[in-house]
Amino acid sequence: MSETAPAEDDIHARQVRKFKVQDMLFHQITLVFAFIVLAALAGILISLAVEAMPVLKQFGASFLWTNVWNVPEDQYGALAAIYGTVVSSVIALLIAVPVSFGIALFLTETCPVWLRRPLGTAVELLAGVPSIIYGIWGLFVFAPLFSAHVQPALQALLGDVPVVGGWFEGPPIGIGILTAGIVLSLMVIPFIASVMRDVFETVPPPLKESAYGIGCTTWEVVTRIVLPYTRVGVIGGIMLGLGRALGETMAVTFVIGNANRIVGSLFAPGTSIASTLANEFGEADPGLHISALFALGLVLFIITFIVLALSQWMIRRGVAKQGT
Amino acid sequence: MPAPTYHDDEDEAVLAIRDLNFFYGDFRGLKSVSLDIAKNRVTAFIGPSGCGKSTLLRTFNRMYDLYPGQRAEGRILFHGRNLLEKKQDVNLVRAKIGMVFQKPTPFPMTIYENIAFGVRLYERLPKSEMDDRVEWALRKAAIWEETKDKLQQSGLSLSGGQQQRLCIARTIAVKPEVVLLDEPTSALDPISTAKIEELINELKSDYTIAIVTHNMQQAARISDFTAFMYLGELVEFGKTDSLFVKPQKQQTEDYITGRFG
Repeated sequence: MSETAPAEDDIHARQVRKFKVQDMLFHQITLVFAFIVLAALAGILISLAVEAMPVLKQFGASFLWTNVWNVPEDQYGALAAIYGTVVSSVIALLIAVPVSFGIALFLTETCPVWLRRPLGTAVELLAGVPSIIYGIWGLFVFAPLFSAHVQPALQALLGDVPVVGGWFEGPPIGIGILTAGIVLSLMVIPFIASVMRDVFETVPPPLKESAYGIGCTTWEVVTRIVLPYTRVGVIGGIMLGLGRALGETMAVTFVIGNANRIVGSLFAPGTSIASTLANEFGEADPGLHISALFALGLVLFIITFIVLALSQWMIRRGVAKQGT
Repeated sequence: MPAPTYHDDEDEAVLAIRDLNFFYGDFRGLKSVSLDIAKNRVTAFIGPSGCGKSTLLRTFNRMYDLYPGQRAEGRILFHGRNLLEKKQDVNLVRAKIGMVFQKPTPFPMTIYENIAFGVRLYERLPKSEMDDRVEWALRKAAIWEETKDKLQQSGLSLSGGQQQRLCIARTIAVKPEVVLLDEPTSALDPISTAKIEELINELKSDYTIAIVTHNMQQAARISDFTAFMYLGELVEFGKTDSLFVKPQKQQTEDYITGRFG
C-alpha cells in the first residue's frame, strides 16, 4: 500500500467512465442505424399506400381480383399481373427446388474432392450474373430454341391429356409465362443451391455416420436424416429464391410477353407485377394510371411479406414438431 | 508372424483382423495390426489419444469409406469373407456390424421412428410386428420403462444417457452380430455410464462387442479381452485379467500404471 494507490484508482475510475460514455455512444449510434431500416420500410409502405389511394378508392378491394387493364378507359385490376407473377414464380420453384437439391446433395455427399471447389464457385458465380444478361439470353437464345424444339415436343406429348393439355395450348412462340418461369428458375437455382449446400454441411458427421452405421444408403441418409435436420435452413433457402423470383424484373420483362391478360396456356404471353411496372412507369400519365402502378407495387410488397411470414411460420411449426 | 489368438480355444473368432494397415492420405494410422475378436465376448481397445484405436474400430464397418483419402489394406475376415474387398456391399456390412458413437446421435424423428427406421431398411414388417420389435429393442437396451409412454416424442427430448441407450437400441434393432462402441460413455455422467456398462454386460450373451474407451477402469470392469495400442501399433493383446495384472510389455505397464498417456 503506497501513496500511488489512490492515484491509480483515479486513473481507473476515469478510464471506466470513459468506457461507459463510449459504450453508450456506440449503443445509440447502432440504435439509430437500426431505426433507419425501420423508417425506410415504413416510408416505402406509406408512400406506396398514399400514391395507390386514388385507385384503391375508385375500385376498392376488387382491384385485386379484376382482370382488366385498360389505360385509355382508366380501368385497372391487378389480377393478370398477380397471376403472372405467382404462376411464373411457382414454375421457377418447381424446377429450381429439385435441381438445387440435387446440386447441393452432389456437392456435399458424393462429389470428388477435387471437383468440390470449382463446382461450388461456379454455382456462386451464377448468382452474380446480372439479371439483364439472363433476360437477353432468354429472349435471343433460349426462346427461339424453346419454340423450335421444346414447345412442339411438349404439345405432341401432353397436348391430348385432359387439363394438362390446356397448359400447353396455343402457338409455340417461345416467349410466355412458361419461358419466364424457366429463366427465373435458372436465376434462383444458385441461391437455393448454395443455401442448401451450406446447411447440409452443418449436419454433424457422427449423425450421418450413425445412419450409415445401420446400413443406410446415401439417399436414405439425405432424405431421412439430413433433410429433416436442416429443414429450417432449406425452407429459408427456398423462400429466399421465391422472394427473388417474385420481384425479378428485367429478365421477366424480356421473356414473359407483356400481355395484360390471363390465358390458361402457359405458352401464352402474360405479365408480372414487376414487368408491368418496368414497362409502364416511363410513359404513364399522372392520375389513375400512375396510382394503379403504385397499387401494383403495394400488392407485390404484400405478397413478399406474406411469403416471408409464411416461411417464418413454417419454420416455427417445424421446430415445435421436432420437439427440440 | 502368426496371428495372435490369445483367447480360449472354445471362443470362436467373429472378426479376424490380419495385417491391417490404414492410411489417412500418406499418414499411416495403423501398422500391421492382427488380432481376433471373439464371439459373444467384450473386447476393449485402450491407448492414448491418437493411438489408432478408433481408427481400427472404424475399419470393421468400413466407416472410413465415407471419406476420400482414407484407405485400409490387409484383411478383416467376417464369416470367411474379407470385408475390405471392393465388391463387398458396405450397407450390408454395416447392418451386420452396428456402431454406437461417442456422442449420442438420435435421429431427428420420434423415439419409435428412431428404432423402426433402421429395421425398415432391411425388413418389411407389419405394424404389429414392428411394434414388437421396437419394444424388444428398447427393452434390450434397458430404456423401455422410461420411453414406453412417449414413443411419439422426439428422440432429442431424452437426456444424454437415455439418448445413448436409444442409440444402442437402434443399433441392436437391426439384429447385428457385432456391436462397435466408440467411447460410448465419455460424454455421459457416472450414473448413465454405470447403466451403459451394465447393459454391455447383458448384451454380450447375444452379441459380440468391441469397445474403444479412454477409461482403463472401464475396460477392466467390462471386457473379457483388452488390446493396448500405441502409435498405430497393437502393443499387447490378451485376456483382460492378465493384461491388467501382469502386462507382458513395458509400454503396457507404463500406460496402465499411469506413467504416460
